[in-house]
Amino acid sequence: MSPQLQTISDFIKTSSGISDAEKESLFKLIKEVDKNQTMIQFKLERIEKDRNTLSIMLQESIEDLQKKSLVIEDANKALTQTLEELKATQVQLIQSEKMASLGELTAGIAHEIQNPLNFVNNFSEVSNELIDEMTEQLEKGNAEEAKAIANEVKMSLEKINLHGKRADGIVKSMLQHSRASTGKKEPTDINVLADEYLRLAYHGLRAKDKSFNAAIKTDYDENIGLVKIISQDIGRVILNLITNAFYAVMEKKKLQPTGYEPTVTVSTKKIDNKIIVEVKDNGTGIPQKAIDKIFQPFFTTKPTGQGTGLGLSLSYDIVTKGHGGEIKVETKEGESTGFSVILPV
Amino acid sequence: MKILVVDDEKDVQVLFEQRFRKEIRNKEMEFAFAYSGEDALKYLGDLSHEAVLILSDINMPGMSGLELLRHIKEKHKEPPPLVMMITAYGDAENYNTAMKLGADDFLTKPLEFSLLKEKLKAIH
Repeated sequence: MSPQLQTISDFIKTSSGISDAEKESLFKLIKEVDKNQTMIQFKLERIEKDRNTLSIMLQESIEDLQKKSLVIEDANKALTQTLEELKATQVQLIQSEKMASLGELTAGIAHEIQNPLNFVNNFSEVSNELIDEMTEQLEKGNAEEAKAIANEVKMSLEKINLHGKRADGIVKSMLQHSRASTGKKEPTDINVLADEYLRLAYHGLRAKDKSFNAAIKTDYDENIGLVKIISQDIGRVILNLITNAFYAVMEKKKLQPTGYEPTVTVSTKKIDNKIIVEVKDNGTGIPQKAIDKIFQPFFTTKPTGQGTGLGLSLSYDIVTKGHGGEIKVETKEGESTGFSVILPV
Repeated sequence: MKILVVDDEKDVQVLFEQRFRKEIRNKEMEFAFAYSGEDALKYLGDLSHEAVLILSDINMPGMSGLELLRHIKEKHKEPPPLVMMITAYGDAENYNTAMKLGADDFLTKPLEFSLLKEKLKAIH
């Protein structure tokens, strides 16, 4: 019993103004209060114990959560780092794909620059000769003849200029090909772009493999005009499709050395508000089981070391994400493949 | 002398016509031009265009100069035309193949026209 209740109880016991019956009744009441008080005390102690247990448990949980949070934080850091590494690898892969295709082109570029350079040299030599001849005629007083020769000189100079520009264009597109994309859409003559890469790819392959040859057919729609595209990127797509086409006809030629005419056709056309660039070949075609995977990164049917498996995947991204266009393929195994790049204008 | 020049670079015609303008004017040489191996064979198939000398590039789309050389040496035996190969790829492999196929000469680009002129005059 609590000291307060004991004091009250002692007071009642000694008090003379209270009857025995009333005392009895009061004692009973005090006992009940005492009992209740004990119960409340007990409950309070239990609540206190529970609270302590709960507090300990909470503390443990908080510590546990803090530990978990640290683990998550570490994992997050590791993931961020991996993501950054992946991004860097992706950039490197895109760059190596670009460089690989540039490597493929090197011999073609050399040939394509050599040819206009030869013209520049030859036409400048001939211009010198013509001028000597013109002076000779003037000295003889043959003005008409001198005039005719002057026209020849003019033609020679025009040719020098034309072939100089041709070489310049090739060097510029080579530099553009190796640089990171500017991402800027600029008015471009897509026919010139396609033809340039067709010639580079063709001469590149010819220089690498002398036995290689293929008929090239072109059908460019002269009414296209200038199209706003990221020329570097679309050039890369066209180059990739042409290189693949040449590869497919070369493979078929190996299987069928006689009676087969390897042919690659590049065409452009404008239909409504769309420009379509088509690259067709009569090569090996794409097997049905591979057709769904051709645009996946790293998918290649070429032997190890011959293809990065990124060409078509990058082309797909350039056409769809970069230009809001479409890239379609039609193929018949063993017979032909045709890729269409459809660009909105 | 009739000379057939085979090259897929069309400006070769202007160049030859300018460099050999005196010979052409004096009717010492007569040039014809074909822009592919196939065109050259078509031209040679027509007897009225019989060329005595063929100057052919090697690296051309479609039929290469070496294939053209093989065709000419196989099919045009009487009289056998002389075939000179002119190429930017003057490597041993091309040279040996051309010689094996019966090429009469092998010149590399950039073409030394003075040398070619001497050679053509010697044949003439």
